[in-house]
Amino acid sequence: MNNRTFVMACLTPLLVFSLAFLALPLIRLFLASGEGDAGWAVYLDILRKPRYLNTLILTVLVSLATTFAALAVSTTAGMFLVRNRFRGRGSLLAVLTLPLAFPGVVIGFLIILLGGRQGLVNQITPGHVVFAYSALGLFLGYLYFSIPRVLLTVMAAAEKLDPALEEAARTMGANPYSVMKDVIIPGLMPSLIASGAIAFATAMGAFGTAFTLATNIDVIPMVIYTEFTLSANIAMASALSIVLGIITWILLLIARSLTGSTVAGGG
Amino acid sequence: MLKSKTKLLQLFVTLSACAFLLVPTILSVMAGLTANYFKGISSGLTLKWVYQVWELYADSIFLSMWLALACLICTLLIGLPAAYGLARHPGWLSRLLEEFISLPLAVPGLALALALLQLYGSMKGFRVSWTFILVGHVLYTLPFMVRSILAVLAAMDLKTLEEGAASLGASPWQRFRDIVVPNAMPGILAGALTVVTLSIGEFNLTWMLHTPTSKRFPWGLPTAMLLCAWKLPRPIRSSFS
Repeated sequence: MNNRTFVMACLTPLLVFSLAFLALPLIRLFLASGEGDAGWAVYLDILRKPRYLNTLILTVLVSLATTFAALAVSTTAGMFLVRNRFRGRGSLLAVLTLPLAFPGVVIGFLIILLGGRQGLVNQITPGHVVFAYSALGLFLGYLYFSIPRVLLTVMAAAEKLDPALEEAARTMGANPYSVMKDVIIPGLMPSLIASGAIAFATAMGAFGTAFTLATNIDVIPMVIYTEFTLSANIAMASALSIVLGIITWILLLIARSLTGSTVAGGG
Repeated sequence: MLKSKTKLLQLFVTLSACAFLLVPTILSVMAGLTANYFKGISSGLTLKWVYQVWELYADSIFLSMWLALACLICTLLIGLPAAYGLARHPGWLSRLLEEFISLPLAVPGLALALALLQLYGSMKGFRVSWTFILVGHVLYTLPFMVRSILAVLAAMDLKTLEEGAASLGASPWQRFRDIVVPNAMPGILAGALTVVTLSIGEFNLTWMLHTPTSKRFPWGLPTAMLLCAWKLPRPIRSSFS
């Protein structure tokens, strides 16, 4: 066996596996989306029918809110952790990156413990405060798994940001807010866009968290699930999956072209 | 003065974020260990619930472990030779293939599960067996394994090492076994840890692909999972960047 054949033989298992379990299923998914009663107009239906359109808008709004909240919190915390060295810094970092390993369902469960009917907030505040099953609960759940993802990307960029630039701005009389606005934010911009794209894409596709929390409200992953399992509307479920998949794929492509690193979706 | 005020605000945001992430985790562990969750901690601490989870879900836990192990073996068998092949033949075709197998990282697991179900759902024997879930897990974790090994192989001068071995008469297989595998070991280990962690925690694909005969409910044991997850974020973290 010569060298070339050996290398080709090495690639064969991967080719066979990805052809059988990735390429063909995705082609099948695409074809299935056009096999319903509406034909290929099923993609137009997503925009025409209020049920799907409203869900799409809600999903985008919750994901956007999550993205901006995660960016604000993680940039502040990330800059603080990069610029200051103190005892307990490692522990803070460990806590902030903890949720990376949590599956989305567990995060949903944690939000229920926080804001459910028997949750902590309901117990310690007067009155009946239950927010776990509303858009707020969903937002908090998404925020929970977005903070560490954004934090790691922003911190990696902040390490490379030259502190001398901030000092120069300060000696020239800039106040902290203009330093933030004119020096730090522009310097971090590529990583902010990248981690924002990651956070948005992950929130859009999060099924596990939505599965535990979205009992009263609908988000796209839940609609895909119910269309498929309850209504057996396979064409619509496929079409929504494809739209969702293309959105998240493009966003993560943008993210990667800006930072060169990969982050898994999920949640 | 203003500077210290900014710092104080930053510290406050950082600590609030920590509290937001940590408090529910502690609540969950407490809920798992409190005798009566509705009465609170005053009812005493117990390991009863942990035992109960163990009794109820022991076979699910073993199935999860077994699935993670099988997933690891599959990703190694497919991913190690593939990473070597990709490292030896850098070029646009290899880039494209790498991009393609990384698709499961970007596309939500729900969409992938739906795609798999539609193509193979009619194959009853395959559909109801645990191997169907295994396929989903391998699909999702394979890019981590390939990338992790590829990163190590790309960082060293593989070509020179191999040419040296070849000039001494080593066959391609001998070179793979004696040069590539030992050198790629750090990548293999990092990839293996990531694969096992992700496979144990995977829910989205599993939930869609599972059938009553192959039960696997990761949410039956959130506390146990939290304790596992606590120990393992490091390898995942390193493979993300």
